[in-house]
Amino acid sequence: MNVRKIKDNIMKGTIVGIASFNIVIVFLIFMFILRNSLKFFNMVPASDFFFGKVWISLSHIFGLLPLLSGTLWVSVVALFISVPLSILTAVYIAEYASLKTREIFKILIETMSALPSVVLGYIGLYILSGPIKNIFRLNTGLTAFTGGILLAVMAMPTMISIADDSLRALDKSYKQASLALGANKLETVVKVLLPSAFPGIFAGIMLGFGRIVGETMTVLMVTGNSPGLRSTFLAPVRTMTATIAAEMGEVVQGSDHYYALFAIGLVLFIISFMTNTLGDYFIQKSRRAGK
Amino acid sequence: MSNCRLKIENFSFYYGDFKAIDNITMNIEKNKTTALIGPSGCGKSTFLRSINRMNDLIPDVKYEGSISLDEIDIFDKKYDIVDLRKKVGMVFQRPNPFPKSIYENIVYGPKLHGEKNKNKLMEIVESSLKAVALWNEVKDKLHSSALGLSGGQQQRLCIARAIAVKPEILLMDEPTSALDPISTLKIEELIRELEKDYTIIIVTHNMQQAARISDYTGFFYHGLLEEFDKTDLIFTKPKNKKTEDYITGKFG
Amino acid sequence: MDMAKNYEKDQEKIKVRSLLKGRGEKIIEFFIKSVGILSIFPVLFILSYIIFKGIPAISWEFLTSMPKNGMREGGIYPSIIGTILLTIGTIMVAVPFGVFTGVYLVEYASDNKFRKIINLTIVNLSGIPSVVYGLFGMSLFVMSLGFGTSIVAGAFTLGIMCLPVIITATREALMSIPSDLRQASLALGATKWETTWKIVLPAAFPGILTGIILSISRAAGETAPIIFTVAAFYLPFLPQSIWDQVMALPYHLYVISTQVPNMPSNIMDGTLFVLVFITVGFNLFGAYIRYRFKKKI
Repeated sequence: MNVRKIKDNIMKGTIVGIASFNIVIVFLIFMFILRNSLKFFNMVPASDFFFGKVWISLSHIFGLLPLLSGTLWVSVVALFISVPLSILTAVYIAEYASLKTREIFKILIETMSALPSVVLGYIGLYILSGPIKNIFRLNTGLTAFTGGILLAVMAMPTMISIADDSLRALDKSYKQASLALGANKLETVVKVLLPSAFPGIFAGIMLGFGRIVGETMTVLMVTGNSPGLRSTFLAPVRTMTATIAAEMGEVVQGSDHYYALFAIGLVLFIISFMTNTLGDYFIQKSRRAGK
Repeated sequence: MSNCRLKIENFSFYYGDFKAIDNITMNIEKNKTTALIGPSGCGKSTFLRSINRMNDLIPDVKYEGSISLDEIDIFDKKYDIVDLRKKVGMVFQRPNPFPKSIYENIVYGPKLHGEKNKNKLMEIVESSLKAVALWNEVKDKLHSSALGLSGGQQQRLCIARAIAVKPEILLMDEPTSALDPISTLKIEELIRELEKDYTIIIVTHNMQQAARISDYTGFFYHGLLEEFDKTDLIFTKPKNKKTEDYITGKFG
Repeated sequence: MDMAKNYEKDQEKIKVRSLLKGRGEKIIEFFIKSVGILSIFPVLFILSYIIFKGIPAISWEFLTSMPKNGMREGGIYPSIIGTILLTIGTIMVAVPFGVFTGVYLVEYASDNKFRKIINLTIVNLSGIPSVVYGLFGMSLFVMSLGFGTSIVAGAFTLGIMCLPVIITATREALMSIPSDLRQASLALGATKWETTWKIVLPAAFPGILTGIILSISRAAGETAPIIFTVAAFYLPFLPQSIWDQVMALPYHLYVISTQVPNMPSNIMDGTLFVLVFITVGFNLFGAYIRYRFKKKI
């Protein structure tokens, strides 16, 4: 019996230890990225990096702004497409679709979320870029716009399922009270349900946004390969993520270029930290509100 | 009361600041059935769960006084909880067999406490199931899932599982409230039989049940033990007005 | 003059209200339904393309032979093997850590700050971009720990990336086990660990399995974390040990569709199909198990 008790205590310690290790991991990730970024800022002034408008790594010019703008253009297009579509689709499957239709949609959405990013990149490259080049009469179909469309497809499953969950988690009494007061279904959805589900829906958008910003392979394959500040999304860009993926293979270890990529990684880490924390905050809020 | 092994002395129990049990003193007599009755929420189940220290699972609780088994205070730091729960078994309100086979449900306890011999284990299974009058019904499907049994059968299985570790005291927390009348009667018969080998303490909402099967009865009201006496005395000549009111149905 | 403003506001509200009533309601509802249905079309289109172009490109030979002629002929065998090895390695890293963390959160943690911190940590882990994982994996496993670009480095990187999936699945599965069962076990004299190991975890297994299957799907499909830690452009032989590089399906698809000129489309379509088959297949399988598990509870 003593043996059993000892075992119980050992396992408890092990379990707590393993759980704590997760904190160590996040910490490690942050430290490695930070440490290498700081090495970069020792070589190149931070202001040159954060306010630099040109990125030509081969000439050792490391300005973040073109890459940031690439990410932003792609994100803006993606959000513009995915947010309204996701909300409308979520409303559809939560409130209007038949049970069978809902099941089918859930399966298809699940499938959508399983598609690897390189697959979407392939589709964009071989199917989407041609038509876009022709329709908009561009020099190339590889643009921020192309990337944005594909990233919308990638982000929608997350946004739709979280929005759908939020709508269905609402207390049934909201709907019933509204209908009893004489509102029709649409009014109930627009004026009562959507506002109440807002925290959850917003969380879904935040998390989808996090996915969009962090996406690498799709944008690497279809947004062109051209770092620069653009005035339109119908132009080739370079995102932060694509830069790391594309250039890491050709850097000299320990060079300023090498550490520059870590600095970009740091920016990405911070952005994703913020969007994720914000998204989680709103999910917690929506859970409390739904009660 | 020279035949008692379980002594409760000035026992109080708090959930945070709320005093759920107020200064209870009681002696439980060996090999008899003691029933605890009273309106809902008056501390009966809490009291029961103190005896095998299941309340330890709840955060922010404290107690005063003592509960002694064989002269040893069960709350003493040196007292091994695992050992306590081997001596004091529990059957719950809703049947809760493990999602395993009937055989595995019964041998779970004995195996934990060190029994490895397959023959001995089989003996334990057979004797436990016979003691709850379930053996004939399930002897051909010992390795099928326990969840396939009916509610009444599952509860009897849970009782068999509890006695498989040969406890001295059996705590039963409203064991028939989730069952149909026929299963209820079967289990009441069972309790009368088990009394010969075990000391039984049963919490019940059903006064008639308490009158039918118990030797002693304690009436709980708002955490206080208003009256404790032989069952026939409680039901025919209650000393406390509150007891009388409860028994005659004036509240509850 | 406030009254005038209020009157205008009311008029606005009535206008909006009337938009949502009567004919307006029908039109807008029709719009919602159409959009909802249309938003599925991209997926259907993509899936059809992959299936109709991919299946003709698959053959037993394709799946089991080495690439030839600069990968323009032959098969994708080494990439399949590489993906399988990486996936196994990922599971070996992620499952013990992930399941025990889940066990901590549900069975052992009290409602305190430490638990909140762990939860926040997991939320953040799940949001880190895959390319940042690649950077991390490269600097820690490949360089600092000296593993070199290898299956080991790749498995650890992917494993850490999959932790949140396993933790969340474990947590949900454990929470769905009724407390009755734990209490019955404890009342019989079991310790907390015995209860967890013998009763709770086995009962929660299908739910945990869901997490494992979803992780397989992720690990098989991710490219960015493996570019810097394990993936090889081309290897003429299969890996001999866990310290070797491997080829992997997602990276292979990337390479042949962007880095090699004159690539015949059937090779690309075939690779595409195999990759999607594995990732989507496992994902749907995992979702199916989750569905059945929830039904049982």
